[in-house]
Amino acid sequence: MSADEQTLSYPIPNDAALDPPAEWAELRAGCPVAHVRLPSGDRATLLTRYTDVKRVLADPRSTRLLNAPDAARLSAEGDGVFSGELAAIIPDSGAEHQHWRRLVGRWFTAKRMNALRPAMVQIAEDLIDDMVKRGAPGDLRAGLGFPLPVYVICDMLGVPAADRDRFSYWSDTLLNLTRYGKEEADAAQGEFFEYMSGLVAAKRAEPGDDLLSELIAAGGPEDGGLTDVQILVTGMALLVAGHETTANMIGKMVAMLLADRTRWERLLADPSLIRTAVEESLRFDANAGFGLPRYLNAETEVGGTVLPRGTTVVCSMAAANRDETVFGNAGEMDLARSPNPHLAFGHGAHSCLGQALARTELQVALEVLLRRLPTLELAVPVEKLERVEGLAVGGLREVPVRW
Amino acid sequence: MTYDGPIGEEDTDMKVVTDEAKCCGAGQCVLLAPEVFGQRDEDGVVVLLEPRPAEDRHAAVREAAAVCPGAAIRLDEDA
Repeated sequence: MSADEQTLSYPIPNDAALDPPAEWAELRAGCPVAHVRLPSGDRATLLTRYTDVKRVLADPRSTRLLNAPDAARLSAEGDGVFSGELAAIIPDSGAEHQHWRRLVGRWFTAKRMNALRPAMVQIAEDLIDDMVKRGAPGDLRAGLGFPLPVYVICDMLGVPAADRDRFSYWSDTLLNLTRYGKEEADAAQGEFFEYMSGLVAAKRAEPGDDLLSELIAAGGPEDGGLTDVQILVTGMALLVAGHETTANMIGKMVAMLLADRTRWERLLADPSLIRTAVEESLRFDANAGFGLPRYLNAETEVGGTVLPRGTTVVCSMAAANRDETVFGNAGEMDLARSPNPHLAFGHGAHSCLGQALARTELQVALEVLLRRLPTLELAVPVEKLERVEGLAVGGLREVPVRW
Repeated sequence: MTYDGPIGEEDTDMKVVTDEAKCCGAGQCVLLAPEVFGQRDEDGVVVLLEPRPAEDRHAAVREAAAVCPGAAIRLDEDA
């Protein structure tokens, strides 16, 4: 690494809600393997080039063992969903991880997602009815983005509709150590754990057509299934991984499409672009949050630099998704871009398990909005959109719209 | 609009190979080219339905290979 390199603070401060920080392009060009200082004060290595990020994410030497004694701590308050006892219950690597992934993976096939689609459309329609009843202007994040994915996950887990809002609260609390205090987060985690234990017991007594019942039906570890604790943590992990991420993405996607309204109009004229527009929104998202931290359990060469065992690497998929050497006109939002091999869901054996679900939810949200609220527009200038910086997930505090 | 020339010969110039061990069940291939790729119900792993897809499927199959997060789809275009 060059001697004149400075130690950047990471996450890189950025006031623009939808635009990337200038540092991304500079880092990709001049310092693709960069020293950074995390909020905890610990050092890590930041990767911003597409090829490097993609390779490291798929490399078995880059693990999720962020509890290792010499791994960098992400924040002084604790690393929430990235580490801790609960995360350790799901196998991290090798054959056991693949086994777990395939047990759960059956719930995320394209066929299942297509089967879930009509129910998702109905949820989106109902939420938009409520928004319309409350009148314009309204907050699209609170009205649609936040509730849609949690309602869908509740349906998949077999959680009764009456408990949906408690689920939303727990999910929000678990992911937002900055917004809620540690005490409140711990209390929420305790309540959530208790609720899920009860739910698993209820499904064992009376199975339904849902993910928990099916995991239970697969038997215990001796039959190739999971332990009760693994089933419970799997359910919690799906909520934590699948709620706020998708909720924020719905808000950011709509904000990006309305920020230059010719984009919205293009989709109104040609709704067949919805699929590629969703992919391009995922690629173009400059407010994606932290990226993926990885702990190297063996020496690894990245972009010509040898990183020693014990290095904590931060993969910025959002910076990689703007890499001009891979995406032509990377700084332009091209709603018809194809193929679009963006890294928003990661890459390799650990790439997002719920990506088919997220894609379907984003497509449904967009399709129903275009149909029901074609006159949709931002109710504030783009410069007034405010970022929210959770530890894991970036988003917009509100997406004020009118129609 | 329609091409009435010989069909069948063009069908053989793309060969698709999938790697079940690398597949992470993302389902992108199924969404893009459902005639060529399926997924096993029990675990979401890829099932190759059509190893030599017809020419009108080639673009979708190329896209599926390009975006596969497990890099589990290989194409041999001169087969």
